[in-house]
Amino acid sequence: MPTLPSDDTVPAAPDACDDAPYDLAVVGAGPAGLAAAVAAGRLGLRVALLDSAARTGGQFYRHPAPGLGARRPEALHHAWQAYADRAARLEALVAAGRVDHLAEHHVWAVTGAAGEWSVHAALGPDGADQRRTVRAAKLLLATGAYERQLPFPGWTLPGVVGAGGAQAMLKAGLVLPGQRVVVAGSGPLLLAVAGSLAAAGAEIPAVLEASGYVGYTRRPATLAANPGKLAEGAVHAAALLRHRIPVRTRSAVTEVHGKDRVEAVTVMRLDRDWRPVPGTERRIPCNALAVGHGLVPQLEPATGIGCATRLTPDGTHALVVDDRQRTTVTGVWSAGESGGVGGAELALLEGELAALDIAGRDGRGRTSRARRRDRLRGFADAMAVAHAPRPGWTAWLDDDTDVCRCEEVTAGQVREAVAELGARDARTVKLLTRAGMGWCQGRMCGAAVACLAGGAGDTASRRPLACPVTLEQLAED
Amino acid sequence: MVGAACAFYAARSGLSVVVVDRGPVAGGTTGAGEGNLLVSDKEPGPELDLALLSTRLWRELAEEFPERIEYEPKGGLVVATTGHGLDALRTFATTQREAGVTCQDIEGADALHDLEPHLAPGLPGGVHYPQDAQVQPALAAAHLLRASGAELRLGEEVTAVLRGPDGAVRGVRTPRGDLLAPAVVNAAGTWGGQIAALAGTELPVLPRRGFVLVTEPLPRVVRRKVYAADYVADVASGSAALQTSAVVEGTAAGPVLIGASRERVGFDRSLSVEVLRRLARQAGELFPVLKGVRVMRTYHGFRPYLPDHLPAIGADARVPGLFQACGHEGAGVGLAPATGLFVANALTGGTAGPSGGLPVGAPTLAEAFRPERFGVGAGVV
Ligand SMILES: Cc1cc2nc3c(=O)[nH]c(=O)nc-3n(C[C@H](O)[C@H](O)[C@H](O)COP(=O)(O)OP(=O)(O)OC[C@H]3O[C@@H](n4cnc5c(N)ncnc54)[C@H](O)[C@@H]3O)c2cc1C
Ligand SMILES: Cc1cc2nc3c(=O)[nH]c(=O)nc-3n(C[C@H](O)[C@H](O)[C@H](O)COP(=O)(O)OP(=O)(O)OC[C@H]3O[C@@H](n4cnc5c(N)ncnc54)[C@H](O)[C@@H]3O)c2cc1C
Repeated sequence: MPTLPSDDTVPAAPDACDDAPYDLAVVGAGPAGLAAAVAAGRLGLRVALLDSAARTGGQFYRHPAPGLGARRPEALHHAWQAYADRAARLEALVAAGRVDHLAEHHVWAVTGAAGEWSVHAALGPDGADQRRTVRAAKLLLATGAYERQLPFPGWTLPGVVGAGGAQAMLKAGLVLPGQRVVVAGSGPLLLAVAGSLAAAGAEIPAVLEASGYVGYTRRPATLAANPGKLAEGAVHAAALLRHRIPVRTRSAVTEVHGKDRVEAVTVMRLDRDWRPVPGTERRIPCNALAVGHGLVPQLEPATGIGCATRLTPDGTHALVVDDRQRTTVTGVWSAGESGGVGGAELALLEGELAALDIAGRDGRGRTSRARRRDRLRGFADAMAVAHAPRPGWTAWLDDDTDVCRCEEVTAGQVREAVAELGARDARTVKLLTRAGMGWCQGRMCGAAVACLAGGAGDTASRRPLACPVTLEQLAED
Repeated sequence: MVGAACAFYAARSGLSVVVVDRGPVAGGTTGAGEGNLLVSDKEPGPELDLALLSTRLWRELAEEFPERIEYEPKGGLVVATTGHGLDALRTFATTQREAGVTCQDIEGADALHDLEPHLAPGLPGGVHYPQDAQVQPALAAAHLLRASGAELRLGEEVTAVLRGPDGAVRGVRTPRGDLLAPAVVNAAGTWGGQIAALAGTELPVLPRRGFVLVTEPLPRVVRRKVYAADYVADVASGSAALQTSAVVEGTAAGPVLIGASRERVGFDRSLSVEVLRRLARQAGELFPVLKGVRVMRTYHGFRPYLPDHLPAIGADARVPGLFQACGHEGAGVGLAPATGLFVANALTGGTAGPSGGLPVGAPTLAEAFRPERFGVGAGVV
């Protein structure tokens, strides 16, 4: 009698698939993936470009939904031309049969090895249609990043939105989260968001940056090497001035008030460690709060096939990539923010560098791009250091603040698991409290839970499924 | 889990206990498995006897830690998919009944649907096992440890087992220093062979991988632990072909758990689409309503198994002062309390236990779990 139901060794059957293998599969059609697919297609490779979204552009180049009568999208951001060029080239490559743009392909896992990757996708707008396996010799993961949230009392009230989310809403549908919007958190995105919201007609009573901006000036070399970044900063600053938006550094929203939605926020000064300074409370009436603390690289499906990660200067994990955008797994490259947050321009460059290496082109076009990439990376790292959350932020959490909103786990429960039940990391907190087991799979609360459990560990949390997939899709041959 | 149970019962018997783990609480296989406490899947023999004892102990523990360890005496339902399978299952259940298992034959699809309304139509019948139960393993381990009052030394790896000139164990070494104790219990699960080696002996514990699927939260569609009994038919027919069969169950928190596969692939952490396919297919065959449901995550762990699929429990005759408590394969959560009680007994010379001792029959049982039974490592110094 076998011990239990499933007593056997499962053979590794080859995965079913529809077409002949591609030379390259690119997961993610944001700036990095798009640039890579276009470059690789032009270098003669047969490429599959997969993205869960219906259109290319990723988090940066968003499209107004058709029929909204929106202003032209380019009015909202300057780098539109870089995108428009590549989108046009992609269309030509698709028409020529060099690149297949596989939109609405939610990649839930990758299996295989160099030379024979299987990319498993769930199809349809919400991934509930059939399943498809795309085979490819080489793999480029350009899955980007998502916004980091740190909880505070009241953060689950309607009217509290992600800062990047507000920006995305604006780009995609030109809707404002509210008429009077406080912008808070940390990182360079806040200024851009405040500027766009103001330009779209919102009143911005304050931008609250938990860090200072002084961090960058301590690295004059990095700054001097990035005149473009300086200009970008100046554009944001000018926009804020024009709209008379006060920017307060070393300050944070420590509580949100309101019955059914946001009515006001409490703002406090922070010390160097982000601990609120008693007696500095100020109440600002508003009907929305856009808040974000930088971005977190999207590591799935890369970690599922064993790509190594590193701890970044701002306390997140990113894929380890070398000078040629190779990950630590043979046959797998990464470009853009999955390998570290750094902006759209860097993502484009990295996509092209990856494509050059994948196509075996080493000389021409590489050196200058690599130099620009290194410069932008340096700048990104300097910013990451400056805006990294400091440990004192947990002081603004009450014990009954929900940390994990999917599973309704409070800060008090997390603290108990750590102090009394022997949890020493986010994974054990999850096992003991369910924090991070819900819909978002810890993407929303992961940073906060890790801090409460004593800091981000050396290894990133693993999510073998990059996105949900139905039982029926899993069961398909 | 096993270490926590050993600490709990040892402390209850008046010993002073230190628990050393290189990771956090439940950081090993306990945090990567499910918490089925099953008698239904065990054939008559020492493992079933241990499971029956554990069933009783888990009930006591559940009263001591109300709610917190998520104990649920929900019962198991093993269903047959063919008439032939049902006959084999019945025969199997009869032998279990003789060994002390409580179970009822369930005749026909209607009776099955009274128990599990969402089961696929047209199944011939099954057997209901009310003793099958459930705990949340990580919580159970954490609360048992806390209640034991034992000193916890987490994040400390055992790098050596200290032994005196006579070969007897004197304690363990960790990067933080030497920890002296006249008795050392090896509850290192899948890594138990390494600790045995540090103590100068051998225990052939090997990993056996298992995957579990977790769905999105649902209203209760599965009430018990439900699995198909085709394997019983296989064994009865003498066929060498083996089967994968998924255990499907709902949880209080909402998600349905589907697990678990078994395969020997060393410590391979890569995702097997084929394993997921089989689990998903079988779950969908039992509960067609689940087909459109989304799987939110999957996880895997490495069960500690010994060649005869029985754990090693008790004093290791080869090394005085060394006690083994590992190799529980796919049942370490279920078997933990009884294991803890046996170990506490061995440590104290036979006085541990809720009623001052082990049940009748314990000595023969202990014989089956003797750590030296594999005939290796004897006399190694
Ligand atoms: C919410 C938000 C708002 C932002 N707003 C601004 C802004 O206003 N100004 C600014 O300068 N920068 C902004 N950024 C940063 C900017 O978007 C990035 O620097 C840039 O987009 C990085 O490009 P990328 O190609 O690396 O990744 P992304 O643009 O993030 O593209 C990644 C792509 O991968 C796809 N993907 C990920 N996982 C899977 C999967 N499993 N299956 C299929 N597809 C997958 C995603 O759908 C996405 O299209 C924002 C970022 C975010 C997250
Ligand atoms: C997918 C799956 C499903 C399962 N389902 C069930 C089920 O439903 N019911 C059931 O009863 N069982 C189930 N099991 C089996 C069960 O999980 C194990 O039998 C049980 O967890 C083993 O517990 P343990 O305490 O022996 O080992 P572990 O939990 O692995 O504990 C061993 C500990 O030893 C520590 N350690 C190792 N080496 C050292 C060292 N050198 N120094 C310090 N510390 C060290 C480790 O860090 C670890 O914490 C399942 C297993 C899997 C993989």
